[in-house]
Amino acid sequence: MTERTTVTAPMPGVFYRRPDPDEPTFVEPGDAVESGEVIGLIGVMKNFHDITADEDGEVVEFFVENEQEVDAGDELAELEVS
Amino acid sequence: MIEVLEPGLSTTVQDTGRYGHYHIGMPPSGAMDQYAHTVANYVVGNDEDAATLEMTYAGPDLKFQEDAVVAATGADMEPKRNGEPIPMWTAVQVEAGDVLSFEFATEGVRSYLSVAGGIDVPEVMESRSTYTLIGIGGHEGRDLEEGDELPVGSANGNATVGAAVDDGHVPDYANNDTISVVMGLCDYRLTDEGREEFLGTQWKISDEADRVGCRLTGPDIEGMFEEREQPFGAGPDPTNVVDLGYPVGSIQMAGQPIILMRDAVTGGGYATVGTVTSIDRDMLAQARTHNEITFEAVDVEEALEARASQDEQLELIRATFLE
Repeated sequence: MTERTTVTAPMPGVFYRRPDPDEPTFVEPGDAVESGEVIGLIGVMKNFHDITADEDGEVVEFFVENEQEVDAGDELAELEVS
Repeated sequence: MIEVLEPGLSTTVQDTGRYGHYHIGMPPSGAMDQYAHTVANYVVGNDEDAATLEMTYAGPDLKFQEDAVVAATGADMEPKRNGEPIPMWTAVQVEAGDVLSFEFATEGVRSYLSVAGGIDVPEVMESRSTYTLIGIGGHEGRDLEEGDELPVGSANGNATVGAAVDDGHVPDYANNDTISVVMGLCDYRLTDEGREEFLGTQWKISDEADRVGCRLTGPDIEGMFEEREQPFGAGPDPTNVVDLGYPVGSIQMAGQPIILMRDAVTGGGYATVGTVTSIDRDMLAQARTHNEITFEAVDVEEALEARASQDEQLELIRATFLE
């Protein structure tokens, strides 16, 4: 059985999957990620906080859309730990 | 000296504010939650005008290069000294080489860290407060960054390590959804129904709410206004008026309501229909993005009574730390 981990929002704001509207997404489901790699941003008060993978693994899915409002504790993405 | 290892989301040096220059367009800046800032100072034996660090949503990691007495107040960001939890609202000893670290605020928005002797950055126009929009005050006029070094002033020796604020004086940041407002100066522009709707609406705090303005979202505001002929000198929008001064805390009707906070513009041509009381601006500073707030109209007397009662409370707190 594979281990999965859920990345949650540490603060309220707007979730972004891209560093900039014209840039590609940080990661897509199926992509391999390393611990500490940025998978999204939360913007609040015109400041941006990096959302990172907490372990090496693979992105399974995102639970929120790009530019969707999130609250602290909301589930953002699921990773399969490698 | 305090070295910034990680700056947190937005951490600035703030004091009680930069006063006496409003007429030339200089807003006061200063701690958004003056109560938490003031109490943090009293706990370590400082006067209220010593500069503290204001941390927002996610706190910093700080390495102390000298011994110091510190206190964290405001929103609980689970402060730790060398990885071990330390209590909030309490005078705590840190030694040279210790690292203070802060997590995310789970209730409220802003934490304050006081240091006996105060954060000793240079004064600009008689204040150490950071005003980031024009880059003055605080540490180089900006949010703290990794590698910054902050000087600490000389402590007066009044701090008692372990002394703590009574629980009764610690605000509950989870229940700050009713905000007192003195209606005016431009509420004459609202229809009776408009005024009722304004006061009856649950306004949602936008993700853009910051030290400049607490932006709200809710129903269309233009319908709340009386029809009128555009006066000479006023803009074409029905919520425009001939330019006037904006009190700190006034609610500017610009597309949607924006409560002007401590770094805001000092005047302009939007109707300001009410002013949030000074006490409830502290609560507003702790109201989180996406939370909903409702305005409650109070008169000036009630606002002043609330302020006097908080002043008494602060005096009581100050006295307990002077013993």
